Amino acid sequence: MLYFSKLRIIFITIISLLFIIFALSNLFNFDNKILNKKINLGLDLQGGSYLLLEIDNDPVIEQKLQNLTVTIRNYFKEKNVRITNFKLLNQTLSFTSDENSKQTILDEFTSEESELNPYYQRFKSHQLDIVEENNFFKVSFSKQGIINLKTSSQDQALEIVRRRIDEIGTNEPNILKRGNDRILVELPGLDDPMRIKSLLGKTANLTFRFVTNDTESSFGAEKLEFEDGTEEAMVSKRIILSGENLLDAQPRMDTENNETVVTFSLDRVGAKRFGKATSNGIGKRLAIVLDGKVISAPVIRDTIATGSGQISGGFTFQSATDLALLLRSGALPAPLNIIEERTVGPDLGQDSINAGMIALLIGFILVILYIIVKYKIFGIITNIALILNLFILVGVLTIFEATLTLPGIAGIILTVGMAVDANVLIFERIKEELKSEKNNLIAFDSGYTKSRTAILDANITTLLAAIILFFMGSGPIKGFSLTLGIGIFTTLFTVYFIARLLTVLYVSKNKEKEGLI
Amino acid sequence: MIAFNKYYNKFNILSVSLVIVSLLLLMFKGLNFGIDFKGGTLIELRSTDSKINVSSLRDNLSQMNLGDVSVKNFGNETDFLIKFENNENKNVIEEIKKNLDKSFGNNFNFRRVENVGPKVSAELLRSGVIAISVALFLMLVYIWIRFEWQFSLGAIVALFHDVIVTLGLFSLLGLEINLSIIAAVLTIVGYSMNDTVVIFDRVRENLRKYSDIKIFELTNISINETLSRTLITSVTTLLALFSIFFFGGEVLKGFSLAMIFGVIFGTYSSIYIANTVLVRLNVSQKTVLREDKN
Repeated sequence: MLYFSKLRIIFITIISLLFIIFALSNLFNFDNKILNKKINLGLDLQGGSYLLLEIDNDPVIEQKLQNLTVTIRNYFKEKNVRITNFKLLNQTLSFTSDENSKQTILDEFTSEESELNPYYQRFKSHQLDIVEENNFFKVSFSKQGIINLKTSSQDQALEIVRRRIDEIGTNEPNILKRGNDRILVELPGLDDPMRIKSLLGKTANLTFRFVTNDTESSFGAEKLEFEDGTEEAMVSKRIILSGENLLDAQPRMDTENNETVVTFSLDRVGAKRFGKATSNGIGKRLAIVLDGKVISAPVIRDTIATGSGQISGGFTFQSATDLALLLRSGALPAPLNIIEERTVGPDLGQDSINAGMIALLIGFILVILYIIVKYKIFGIITNIALILNLFILVGVLTIFEATLTLPGIAGIILTVGMAVDANVLIFERIKEELKSEKNNLIAFDSGYTKSRTAILDANITTLLAAIILFFMGSGPIKGFSLTLGIGIFTTLFTVYFIARLLTVLYVSKNKEKEGLI
Repeated sequence: MIAFNKYYNKFNILSVSLVIVSLLLLMFKGLNFGIDFKGGTLIELRSTDSKINVSSLRDNLSQMNLGDVSVKNFGNETDFLIKFENNENKNVIEEIKKNLDKSFGNNFNFRRVENVGPKVSAELLRSGVIAISVALFLMLVYIWIRFEWQFSLGAIVALFHDVIVTLGLFSLLGLEINLSIIAAVLTIVGYSMNDTVVIFDRVRENLRKYSDIKIFELTNISINETLSRTLITSVTTLLALFSIFFFGGEVLKGFSLAMIFGVIFGTYSSIYIANTVLVRLNVSQKTVLREDKN
């Protein structure tokens, strides 16, 4: 255990220096790309917002089944199968048919090449489940159908969320999928998440629909409230134009009326439809509906064929800017709910960094002094290893550009406290060996050998705890497990290579000295 | 040599009663779950006006229909921690901001806002419980591979003792359980195991060496031989932890306190619980030699 080859000494020195350089690269700016790595600060240290959004897929499922009603009706009409009594309740579509058609309907739904009920070829499971009882059918999404629906609405929502956040222009946002119906948004440096929260909370489903008194029309009508809550209007369910047809939207000051408006321009299809609707509907009111609320319902005075227009609705400049942003970035496929939010202000983050650093410094000094008192010269060796340990740990974190959190700093401090354990085990063992063995070299050698299993055991148990934390924990806690876990490896490296090397050098020079430790 | 074994019985009685009291506390008083596990909203405020105090803030917020609001000083006189249960109102934080600015002037800095919905808090609680269970289970597997079953039992009993008593103390003092406490408990599990394993290693070594010494004496010898290591490591770890507790800021207080309790219990249990299990199971040289043959 006491022999070091020259090659090994060089190797240890190079590795140590390498990590120390990386650790120091946090303090300086290098032009070099490899060297200019920095530890990332977690949101709790640099300030920022963590938002966990959940997609509410229920309306999507309802909508899809609603659309399916038409599809099914038309599909079987062509085949001369009569289906009646369509009903949509609890995400289940039900209908009735007669005895003769029963088998046809079931076959159409369960055939492997069914057009009505796809997915079988790809997933070995249909999109829809169908049950029949006394000619009464119940159709609902299958497990696979739900999974596909969720994944696709998550993909869409992620894209829209990204566009909205990019429009606001925060620095380095982190937008990630979680499960199949959640989106995680991390916004470093964001002090006040109010605006982003309100922007993400809106579906931004824009429609242009006529105000009508005719509740008998085949499309139906619904009573909608105005955004400001002052009045209500009967609005046709027939959609003239939706947000999908928008090419652009911008806030603008309307100098004529001296109010802020949102101007928009439409794509070709939209412009055509808008022109037709405005020419047929002169004198009617056209309601502009956003997320089920009427923004305004102006009377159409002229045909608008240019494919552009403006929305007024008593906006402030801020709300007009936000509406334009929402319209530009598109509608979410489903409403999003913020189910978890954690925001730390930048000054608290700085306070946490300061407190963490002071605690680290004081803890470090206390441990160093205690060890020197306990072990004298070997205390100094232990402390050199401990200091290098800290540098190497920081170096490793830097190379991986790991995220340092406040609990992560606690993990480093704890590593400092526990790192000496291995050297203590070795030195205590050597002391025992020296009681029966007069030869320093032999005593030191067997001290190292005999303490090895205990050291290994001790570190494996801590490592197990750290690994579990890493996989089960979230955010800041992950940071703790990371520093604790890496700390174990750097500790073993410094104890077995650096401290041992220094011990060997010292002992071989003082072979004959009694009471060495 | 200190005669630790003289007090085996007394300390066993103490530990059993501590565990029973802790379990009773956990059952009847329960734990003070923070918003991570209970759901709700937390706001950390700093005011620039030293006249604003807890009771004026509380009076103001209680008019806002937030349900059960708790307002406390946090660290110093001008920092406050406000907590309330889950609220249907999505804009509740915005409204609180407006309300406070209206009543006290623009004197607040919202330093931290955390809001955990009921679904997320239930998931966090579940994954916390799973994490601790998996950790205990893995330790069990590890120790079972490394040692004879008598040793494994001793280590596991010590481990459960440490976790239960630490949680019992948290229940007794009404300290908040949040995500960082789960991290602390897991680290305690690792530390307690670490401490026990080092002593057990020595017990096993001594069992092989001496055939004529009874386990009652032998554990005492082993404890004494490893005592200075046990103490030095506990001291350095505690030095680091106290440094976090006093200087690491309010956020880490609960975490470091749990760890301090854990290290103290862990050190105690590896001496007085893990070893006494070996004594009570009457472990002898045969136990280790049989295993060696296999």
